[in-house]
Amino acid sequence: MFKLWLSIKKDTRILLRDKVGILLMFIMPIILVVVVTSIQNSTFELVNKNKLPILICNKDTGKASVQLIAAINKIGMFKVTQISKEKEKTVADEMHDQDALLGVVIPANFSERVSAKAKNVSGKALTSFGLQADTIKKEAGGIDPLTLYYNPVLQESLRFSVQGAIQSALQLVESRQTLRTLYFSINEKPLPEKLENEMLSSQTTINMFPVSKDGVRTTPNASQHNVPAWTIFAMFFVIMSLGGSVVREKISGSFIRLKTLPTSYLVGLLSKQITYLCVTLLQAIVIFSMGIWLFPYIGLPALNLPSDIFALFIVTLVCGWCAVSYSICVGVFAETQEQANGFGAVSIVILACIGGLMVPSFAMQGLAKTLSNFSPMHWCLQAYYTLFLEGGKLKDVLNNIGSLFIITLIIQFITYLGLKRKNLI
Amino acid sequence: MNESLAVSIENVGFRYPGNTDVSFSNLNLQIAKGERFGLFGPNGAGKTTLMNLMTGVLSVNEGSIKLFEQKVDGQNKAVNKLFGFVPQDLSFYQELSPAENLEFFGAWAGLNKTEIAKQTDELLHILGLEDVRDKAVGKFSGGMKRRVNLAIGVIHNPQLLFLDEPTVGVDVQTRHAIISYLRKLNENGTTLIYTSHQLSEAEDLCEHIALIDEGKIITQGNINAVLKEHSNESLEELFINLTGKAYRN
Repeated sequence: MFKLWLSIKKDTRILLRDKVGILLMFIMPIILVVVVTSIQNSTFELVNKNKLPILICNKDTGKASVQLIAAINKIGMFKVTQISKEKEKTVADEMHDQDALLGVVIPANFSERVSAKAKNVSGKALTSFGLQADTIKKEAGGIDPLTLYYNPVLQESLRFSVQGAIQSALQLVESRQTLRTLYFSINEKPLPEKLENEMLSSQTTINMFPVSKDGVRTTPNASQHNVPAWTIFAMFFVIMSLGGSVVREKISGSFIRLKTLPTSYLVGLLSKQITYLCVTLLQAIVIFSMGIWLFPYIGLPALNLPSDIFALFIVTLVCGWCAVSYSICVGVFAETQEQANGFGAVSIVILACIGGLMVPSFAMQGLAKTLSNFSPMHWCLQAYYTLFLEGGKLKDVLNNIGSLFIITLIIQFITYLGLKRKNLI
Repeated sequence: MNESLAVSIENVGFRYPGNTDVSFSNLNLQIAKGERFGLFGPNGAGKTTLMNLMTGVLSVNEGSIKLFEQKVDGQNKAVNKLFGFVPQDLSFYQELSPAENLEFFGAWAGLNKTEIAKQTDELLHILGLEDVRDKAVGKFSGGMKRRVNLAIGVIHNPQLLFLDEPTVGVDVQTRHAIISYLRKLNENGTTLIYTSHQLSEAEDLCEHIALIDEGKIITQGNINAVLKEHSNESLEELFINLTGKAYRN
């Protein structure tokens, strides 16, 4: 124990004197967490609280296009600006000039076509009711399409949401016209506005609730998503200090000298693992604390810790152990500090990518989804999300912890083989 | 069984993994307890490899190496208590102070807290490092670092001390201090096995020598007897006579 204690003391002293390493292990991830959470939070607010700017060029002179514009306005998702119909050809330029992400051109015969279609549909309806339609209906041609321009920065999912929203506005306009025509054909008087509104407005509202394992229905925010994810990234960032430290020991000959002393090098490996495991736990404490107490002061949503704190500790511990094991492994195989730092940083980014830190793993397909199972970060992230987002307990993350544990043991075994091969133990 | 021997090398064969060239074949060497033994040879002759085999850093392919009758192998860590090793490289932690390095390596050498404190004070005093005992070694001069390297090798008072070019790159004062200290250690019973390219310094320190080249011992014995046998005035003359003047890689 005395040897282990002094080894931990030595590793801690070296760590504390490595200012750049500390900066990379603590300051960089903290900046990363704040920046990424801020960006994602502002995107979240843009979509949910702010309105998407949209330009509408209305070439139609009828009532249907006015109703369509009113319906688009009513969705609440867009900030509508109308431009003159002469600017149809320059909608793209107008979008740039007015910082609009979307542009819609309503065709010139829109109202006429909507009306024709309504008459046609109502005529068919009357015939099917067994009533005589008072006009002979020709098969009405389709309505000319609306043109929707979008800024390429809009992600596909958001684009589809926009398309769906405009489609529902169109549906409302067409349904209203059909309903009015049908009512007039039967009653020979206009449809009362009150009845029209009752018939067209949706009577069923949609309540949205997040599904959680503990039954608590707290809506997850950007902090709940980002803080755990980037904490994992930070923990794996110990490679910048630990990987380099292992290489320095090899290059300086300290490894060889230790081999000539009457102590097993396993003591040294254990010491490094304990020291840096404490570092990873400290990183998690610092970043979670920031999420809880600092975020609200800088306008970000506060992080809510999971109810099962013990499970959170176990997941963090195993994740930290995996990160430390990986760092030592890279340090053992790297020949120079530059190799350890370069390979270490790049490999962490790759592991983060395939692990679902940058693109959600549920959105991955095929090979990418299979590869994600090999990234320890994937299992850490799944475990954290189960605890932070779904309100899970320890039993819910045992599978993730088990997978992480197996990956860690494999890394440790590879490290042992590397040490043997390089004649370091 | 020969209890008077510090080192006994018997029929040792060794080659580096993946290397077809044999480093040593059927090598035999005996070094008595209390000797100041010099191991010399040109670059690439195998001095450091032989020292690594004797200290267990490398494992022999054939034959055996014993230190004080105990076999050297990777598994028997008890034999490692008997010797100290001062490698050619500055093998310690540059971020730590001399006292912190000695504390760590002392513990790994098997000393307890009290022994470490006593040895640290003594060694730092003898080697003139008292004033800088708490300063990071990374900022020291080459000579100071060499003294720290030596102090770590002797922290546990070993019976046998391996020194691989302990005075390389140091000034005259430091070299003199190191050689004087090594003599004192030897007077107190420590066997010294030493390699160096400083042949005049070696001539002054060593009683017995072995000259090796291409993995073979060319000559060995008492330094005066060897010089006489080959009719040479100095170790340098003997060295050139037996190993030639051609460059070695």
